[in-house]
Amino acid sequence: MEESIAFAHDREVKVFVAINTFPSPGAERIWHEAIDDSARFGADALILADIGLLDYASRRHPGLRRHLSVQAAAANADSIGFYARTFGVRRVVLPRVLTIQDIRAINDEIDCETEAFVFGGLCVMAEGRCSLSSYVTGESPNLNGVCSPAGHVQYREEGGFLESLLGDFIIHRVGSGSPAPYPTVCKGCFSAGKYHGHVFEDPKSLDASILIPPLADAGVTAVKVEGRQRSRAYVSAVVRGLRRCIDNHAAGLPMEHLQFYRLSEGQATTEGAYQKKWR
Amino acid sequence: MDRDAAAQHVGLTVGALLFNWPRDKWRDFYARLADEAPVDVVCLGEVVCSKRTEISPDVIAETADRLQRGGKSVVLSTGALITLLRERKECAGIANNAHLECEINDFTALAYHRPGQRFRIGPLVNVYNEGTLQFLSGLGASSVCLPPELSLGAVESLAQAARGLDMGCEIWSFGRIPLAISGRCYHARIASRTKDSCRLVCLQDSDGLDVKTMDGKNFLSINGVQTLSHSYCCTVDDIDKLKAAGVTSLRLSPHSCDMVTISEIFRARLDGHMDADEAWSRIRNVCGPVGFTNGFLSGGAGAGPNH
Repeated sequence: MEESIAFAHDREVKVFVAINTFPSPGAERIWHEAIDDSARFGADALILADIGLLDYASRRHPGLRRHLSVQAAAANADSIGFYARTFGVRRVVLPRVLTIQDIRAINDEIDCETEAFVFGGLCVMAEGRCSLSSYVTGESPNLNGVCSPAGHVQYREEGGFLESLLGDFIIHRVGSGSPAPYPTVCKGCFSAGKYHGHVFEDPKSLDASILIPPLADAGVTAVKVEGRQRSRAYVSAVVRGLRRCIDNHAAGLPMEHLQFYRLSEGQATTEGAYQKKWR
Repeated sequence: MDRDAAAQHVGLTVGALLFNWPRDKWRDFYARLADEAPVDVVCLGEVVCSKRTEISPDVIAETADRLQRGGKSVVLSTGALITLLRERKECAGIANNAHLECEINDFTALAYHRPGQRFRIGPLVNVYNEGTLQFLSGLGASSVCLPPELSLGAVESLAQAARGLDMGCEIWSFGRIPLAISGRCYHARIASRTKDSCRLVCLQDSDGLDVKTMDGKNFLSINGVQTLSHSYCCTVDDIDKLKAAGVTSLRLSPHSCDMVTISEIFRARLDGHMDADEAWSRIRNVCGPVGFTNGFLSGGAGAGPNH
C-alpha cells in the first residue's frame, strides 16, 4: 500500500482507500489496522460505511479525510447531514437509487461534496442493504466485499439449454450455443405470477456518462467507476473515456457515447435510476 | 423477579407488518394480537413503502391503545428507505413522538434524535459489530434487533456486547427474511407500471408474491420495493442456543397465517413447555406448504439447508 500510494502521488493522482465492508464481531482489529495503515502511508481519504469504523477513524485520525461509502446508503440530506456533523464526513458517494432531481435537491441542502456512479455494475437494490448474495452463497458485499462470487457459479448444459447457476439456484437459462449471462441474483430471469423474465433488472450495466453535464449541473463533485473485480484493461479504457467526457464538458464540447458495450454486462447498458421512469 | 430470572427471561416481539394489507384485515390482526397473543412488544408502522396509505395515523394510535390495554409495549417503526421530503418528515415525526419508543430502520432517524432520547434499532439497518453497537448505545439505543444475515457465532458476540451495554438483543425468528430494499417497485414493474403509477398493486399479495427460478423452484418473494426470502426463517430448533447466547427477545414477523398460535408455540418453547418436534408439527400445520430455513444462523447461505 505504501508503494502504491507513493507511486500515485508521484503522478499527482490521489488515493482513496475503500474500507467499506462491515467488520465482523470480535475481528474489528483487522479493520482498525487497515485504517491506521492508510493514515500512516498517506492515503488522501478513507471510504467507510460502518458507523463503528467512522467513529474510530474520526477519533483516531481526525485529519484524514473521510468519505461515506455508497454501502452506507445515505439517500437523503438529513442522513448525509448526520454523517457530516457526527463523523466529519467530507464527501458522500450517492446511492444508485436516486434521480438527478433528487441529487440536485440533496446538494442544495448539504455542506459536503457528493460523488455519483456513472459506469459499471448497476446495483438495483439500495447498496449496503442487500443480502441476496449471502442468501444464496453465504458471502455478501457487506460482510465479504463480494456479490454473487464466481466460486459459487456453475454453468450447466441440460436438455438443449445452457444454464448459469449461483449456489443451488438457476439464475439464467438460454438455448445451447447462446451466451449465458453471469448469474448475478438481481439480474436473473425468473417467474412471478404470470410474469416471466427479469423480475428485478435486465442484465445491463450502468452507463450514465452521457449524463455528466446534468450531474455536474446538479452539484456533483466527482463521478465514480465501479471497478471491483475488474481488469486493468477495463479500468484503463473506461477511465480514459470518462476523462475525455469530463474534459469535453469543461471545454463546452458535446457529449459522446462511450461505446463500451463490449465491456458491459450483457453487452447492454442503462442510465439507471437517474431517469425517473426506471423506478 | 430476581436478577438471574430476569436475565433468563426471553421476550417475544412482533415486528412491524412488512406487507400491504387492507385496513379491515390489518385491524382484525392487531385486535386479536392485543387480546390473545402472549407477546411483550409490538412494532407498528409502515416500514417498506410510503405510498401505502391504507392505515392512517389515527388507526395506528387507536391500535397502540388497544395493544397497551392488552399488556403489550408498543413501538413505532420508521421507514426503511427514506429519500423524499415527505418521508423525511414522517421519519422525524416518529423519531420525536412524545408517547412511544421509536424503532429506527434507516439511520436517517438519527438525524432527528435528541440527546438522551431512548430508541430501538430495527433489523434493517447495519449493526454488525461491537463498535457500531457501542456508538449507538452512547446515543441512547435501548435494544437492537440484529440483521438476519448473522451467524450464531456473531449473534453470541453481539448479544454479549449488548448485555455489557445494558441493551436488549433481539433475533429474527419467524417469517420471510428481508433481503433487500430498492428505489424500484417490483410489484409495479411486473404489472408494467412504475413506482409512481403503481395503484398499490402489492395489496393483492398478503405475504408477498412468489418468485420462482426457471425450473419452478421457490426462491424469493417480492413485496413492492422489498425482496424477501421465499422460505420462512424459523428458530424453534435453536431456542436453547439463543437463550445461552444471551438473546433477550425473539422477533416474529407478521404473515397472514395464525400469528397468535405462532406466538403461543414460541412462548411454550421458550418456557420449556413444548419440544421442538411438536413445535414443528404445529408450525407446519399453521403455515401450510411453505419452506423453512435457518441457514444464516447456521453460518452458511441463508437459503439452506432446508429443514
